Amino acid sequence: MDTLVWLIPLALFLGGLGLWAFIWSMRSGQYDDLDGAAARILFDDDLKKGG
Amino acid sequence: MVQGLGLDAFYRRREGADGVLKPLDPPSADFAGLSRANKDGTLTLELMVSGLTCGACIWLVEQALAAEPDVIRARANLSTRRLAVTWRGEAARGNDLAALIGRLGFRVAPFSPACLRASEDAEGRELTRALGIASFGAMNVMLVSVAVWAGSDMGPDTRHMMHWLTALIGLPTIAYAGMPLFRSAWRGLRAGRLNMDCAVSLGILATTAMSLSETMRNGEFTWFDGATALLALMLAGRVLDRAARRRARQSAAELLALQEGAVTVLGEAHPVPLERVEARARILVASGERLRLDAVLEEEAALLDTAATTGESLPRHFARGEALAAGGVNMGAPFIARVTAAARDGSLAAMARMLEQAEQARGRYTSLADQAARIYVPIAHLVALATFLGWWLLGDLPWQAALVPAVAALIITCPCGLAIAVPAVQVVASGALFRRGVLLSSPTGLERLANADHVVLDKTGTLTEGRPRLLPGAWKEDELRLAASLAAASRHPLARALSRACPDVAPLPGVTEVPGAGLIHGETRLGSAAFLSLPEDSGMRLHLARPGALPIAFCFEDSLRADAAAAVQEFRRAGLGVELLSGDAPGVVARIAAEAGITVCTARATPEAKAARIAALTAQGRRVLMVGDGINDAAALAAAHVSAAPAEGTDLAQAASDFVLMGGGLLPLAEAVGRARLAQRAARQNIALAFGYNIIAVPVAVAGFATPLIAALVMATSSLAVIGNALRVGR
Repeated sequence: MDTLVWLIPLALFLGGLGLWAFIWSMRSGQYDDLDGAAARILFDDDLKKGG
Repeated sequence: MVQGLGLDAFYRRREGADGVLKPLDPPSADFAGLSRANKDGTLTLELMVSGLTCGACIWLVEQALAAEPDVIRARANLSTRRLAVTWRGEAARGNDLAALIGRLGFRVAPFSPACLRASEDAEGRELTRALGIASFGAMNVMLVSVAVWAGSDMGPDTRHMMHWLTALIGLPTIAYAGMPLFRSAWRGLRAGRLNMDCAVSLGILATTAMSLSETMRNGEFTWFDGATALLALMLAGRVLDRAARRRARQSAAELLALQEGAVTVLGEAHPVPLERVEARARILVASGERLRLDAVLEEEAALLDTAATTGESLPRHFARGEALAAGGVNMGAPFIARVTAAARDGSLAAMARMLEQAEQARGRYTSLADQAARIYVPIAHLVALATFLGWWLLGDLPWQAALVPAVAALIITCPCGLAIAVPAVQVVASGALFRRGVLLSSPTGLERLANADHVVLDKTGTLTEGRPRLLPGAWKEDELRLAASLAAASRHPLARALSRACPDVAPLPGVTEVPGAGLIHGETRLGSAAFLSLPEDSGMRLHLARPGALPIAFCFEDSLRADAAAAVQEFRRAGLGVELLSGDAPGVVARIAAEAGITVCTARATPEAKAARIAALTAQGRRVLMVGDGINDAAALAAAHVSAAPAEGTDLAQAASDFVLMGGGLLPLAEAVGRARLAQRAARQNIALAFGYNIIAVPVAVAGFATPLIAALVMATSSLAVIGNALRVGR
């Protein structure tokens, strides 16, 4: 019983963390362009100015 | 590796462009007015970019824009082909930036309301969020439930606490994530229809209520796990279904946006968007441009290709003061016309309104899933009710206890396999069709295609390519090459057809064009009969005149699509009757019909006659598949059982159709009939499978032996079986 008192809130907290991360990622538009995201890893980060 | 990443399209584009930027085209629209001011004084412009096909394309576009000194941020979206560019400075820079992308070889269009509707997917986002929450809830409830199932040594107090815990997670999950389903069920109920969502909603709600009451009185089992898992499965099916159709919808909207374009109005510096052109404005229609508004000709004469409005394959001459219907393409010199009706009052808008009415009539079609639900839902509910009454009255149980087997029966019959049965097949089949260039744009289109038994084809632009091709004639090779070298300087459709016939000929320098009449190079002339003062002739012809030689005539015709005959055969093999229905002259129609192998054909059909023919066939009990591309086909397309339009066709025809054919072939459509039938068969099998599961599981539930574990197993296995069966359709 003692373990349950700790473990259940812990499990719920971790699950909630996952849910929050999912909702945050969706809000910030990370699922909007699944095709483009696959290719973006290949791009250089710093784009040249004035070139 | 490059190919594996799908970047080869980029290299094809680069080779095509030869590393040279394209010349600056005149802007297709005024982008300056479309930018949006942000709070920090920067401007953002949202554009649609056609031709974004791979990761390297978005890199190129973003890189090119970021290199501009005043651009702060440029972000391209490959899935939706949108581009958002933010810069600091004046609104007029928008035109330069749009032109820059145009020079890279991409086509840009302002973001139209139609595209916005297609990609602004609030409902899709809500579904995804609901799915995320439902999966989270289902997994956590299951975590606790498994402990209850496995914990045979668990004391009743611990079990009670565990049940409260599942209720704590389950109730908010169902309340939030169930909303999309509940709303759809409510809409169905208000319309007086029992749809699948009603059954599912009722099942979920009843299970939740029963579980709550069991939790309160510390019963042995609760069913929150079943309810949340069912919800998650239903939402997953829905999200997949939506994603598949969204892709098709977006491609169609993109095509329309590129077609929309702007109109050159006299006295305005920039092209004016179509919807802002008022009646009595004077517009300039360039050679090869499509007239988009009803107008009266203010020039002495004009030559228009009216194939889209009447189906005639030969261009028609118009005289001053004659009314020009929107939809014709200018085949002659640029002309000035006075607009008689703004776009919203014009003939195209009237046609669009008529289509909407026809669409509503077609909305009465009941899909297979709904038919199954209509039989199934009342039976399932009756069984549950009988179980409850039986246990309560005959079995002498208290009513709460009697409720348990009744609700167990309800959730087991809850057609989770049944609800996924049809969407799973739809997703797989529409994905397979998409890869072959057939876009499905209506939810029940596939089912209707499967039971079509007669196909009616339009001629111009559907069975034929809708562009002229050089016919063999009495000329010599060097004469053809000379004519082609002159023709290379012109954008006139016939001149371009001539160039296509001899693609390797270099353009002759110093050719001057008399717009709408012909081309001159020294003493050599190429053009219409009138231009060369020859006797007037009919048909699509160009004449070549040289000093000291007889003039030579090149004849053109609208040629049959390469796969037309094969498609007709394929339709026949699938058991469909084929007929040709055209607005063109009888001679041409008969010849094309013979070439394509069609025996039944009708010529000189007006738009009304076309719709009437479809209605007559329908009255005979035929289920007609209509394929057409023109404005004159739109009414017939909307009246037919199921319809398809080529992507190069008019936007009106596409709006009236269930399928849009990309890549311009009829054969994929003919093959799609077979696939649609396969899909329909798989859908029926799936429904039978789901029924089969229920026939075994329901007696168990009614007898009161079903535990939540059994319910979960039934649900999972029937869904897997159904999805596995659906995957066969994709091969």
